[in-house]
Amino acid sequence: MITVENLTKKFGDVTAVEGLTFQVEEGEVFGFLGPNGAGKTTTIRMLCCLISKTSGEGKIADYQIGKAADSLQIRKMIGLVPDNVGLYSDLSAFENLDFYGKLYECPEGRRRENIERFLKMLGLWERKDARAGSFSKGMKQKLALARALVHEPKILFMDEPTANLDPESAKTVRDFILEIKKQGRTIFLNTHNLDEAQRICDRIGILKTKLVTIGTPEQLRESLSRPKTEIRLAQVTEALVSALRKLIPNKIEVSGDKLIIDVTDPDKENPTIIAAITSTGGQVREVTQLVPTLEDVYLQIVKETK
Amino acid sequence: MRISKAWIVATKDMRVFLRKKYAVYSLVLFPLIVGIGLPLVLRFVGARQGGLSSTRLPILMNAFSFFFLIGAAMLPTLLASYSLVGEKIEKSLEPLLAAPITDSELLLGKSIASFIPPVGAIYISSIVFMALANLVTHNTLGYSYFPNWTIGLILLLLAPLSAILSIEWSVIVSSRASDARAAQMQGTFIVLPLAAIYVASEVGAISLDTRTLLIISAVILIVDIILFYLSTKTFQREEILTKWT
Repeated sequence: MITVENLTKKFGDVTAVEGLTFQVEEGEVFGFLGPNGAGKTTTIRMLCCLISKTSGEGKIADYQIGKAADSLQIRKMIGLVPDNVGLYSDLSAFENLDFYGKLYECPEGRRRENIERFLKMLGLWERKDARAGSFSKGMKQKLALARALVHEPKILFMDEPTANLDPESAKTVRDFILEIKKQGRTIFLNTHNLDEAQRICDRIGILKTKLVTIGTPEQLRESLSRPKTEIRLAQVTEALVSALRKLIPNKIEVSGDKLIIDVTDPDKENPTIIAAITSTGGQVREVTQLVPTLEDVYLQIVKETK
Repeated sequence: MRISKAWIVATKDMRVFLRKKYAVYSLVLFPLIVGIGLPLVLRFVGARQGGLSSTRLPILMNAFSFFFLIGAAMLPTLLASYSLVGEKIEKSLEPLLAAPITDSELLLGKSIASFIPPVGAIYISSIVFMALANLVTHNTLGYSYFPNWTIGLILLLLAPLSAILSIEWSVIVSSRASDARAAQMQGTFIVLPLAAIYVASEVGAISLDTRTLLIISAVILIVDIILFYLSTKTFQREEILTKWT
């Protein structure tokens, strides 16, 4: 559904995005993770035909981005939730959605049906006639989400849809995204929120001007993080740790009454480590095999690419 | 270009304007001041001892007619400048530009929204003005002065051309400005040449007869065409989007 090859965007001398190559399949939820200034918004803007590309290729369905004749067709099939919600504060929630429904040439009956359906799904139907300017941040974000869907786009682009929302609103938005995922829509999501990416996305790309890595959350965790063994002891002393360091070559971190030890093959190394601890007088209370989180992967990548 | 798309933008913008107090006040105050105020001036000046002579009255009424032209140039700047800068303030340009609408459809929509309410207000106030002016001057002149060629040219030719001029100028100014008030301030500069013509007619340097009004119309039309070209060149969606958001 989305094909990008060597896509680059420069603003003067500054390279915002360089050599992006990836594909997003139909019905897939693809997440872009990256620090501020990594080029996530620039990528979405290029794909939505809002800004031009400097070089490379990008295709949405069969239409090429950057080709004037195709950009209207691309815009017809996409919905965008920008990082700034951009609602008309003097218009009601209904009027905001109705305006965009008309712009996207959604027939009147269908438009009204969709407005009602999405506003009800997001708990805003009762406030449909209230000015959007009177809404809370969370309500505005939900309304922006409904606006992006009112014409039933094939592809939905979302730029940090849960940023700065309270946990309850963020959960509603996330649940709503999962609901529309079930409908088979292709979703392209920019986010800072690693937990959100892990829960919602089928695949994730980590971006830092260049695409650093791409894969499913599981693939990223497996390929990029070393396993760790966490051992809780009755008491951790400096003498014990230094004695242990002489016995095993692994990297050891101390955290309160716990030792966090890097391992390559836990099945082989853990018994040796436990034996070393007991031989130096340590009393093992609990052994846990740590599963690396997406956050560990992300932080490791960001650190490595600095 | 699809007019239907431009009309969707225009109706949305007009709805927004009607909810902005300053826009409503401007659109209501102008007809009140010009449509009712100017005939009242004629009435009270005429009622003074000596009053206004039948030779002085037509000159004064032609000069008053010119106010509609100044109004047609001034009122649209208030709306046109907000129309674009308002999108900037609301940060609503990104979703709007992501919709299937071309720059020319968007600009046409915004121009229609900035054109219809002020020109409508001018026409309503001109009808009121002509009726009241005829009422207070009929006895002195012995006939109804309005309608005549002068006000006909002003309302049907010069006022729409001046409104278009002012909208195009506002689009250019707004594309560069970041603040609605600054854009409105710069937008109102367009009134200055028209005010200069008015002053010139008052001091007798020019006469606002049919021939002069046609020449002024031709000049405004040429400037309109030039500004249309410049306004479409100035509205660069990528530049506006990256600078405004």
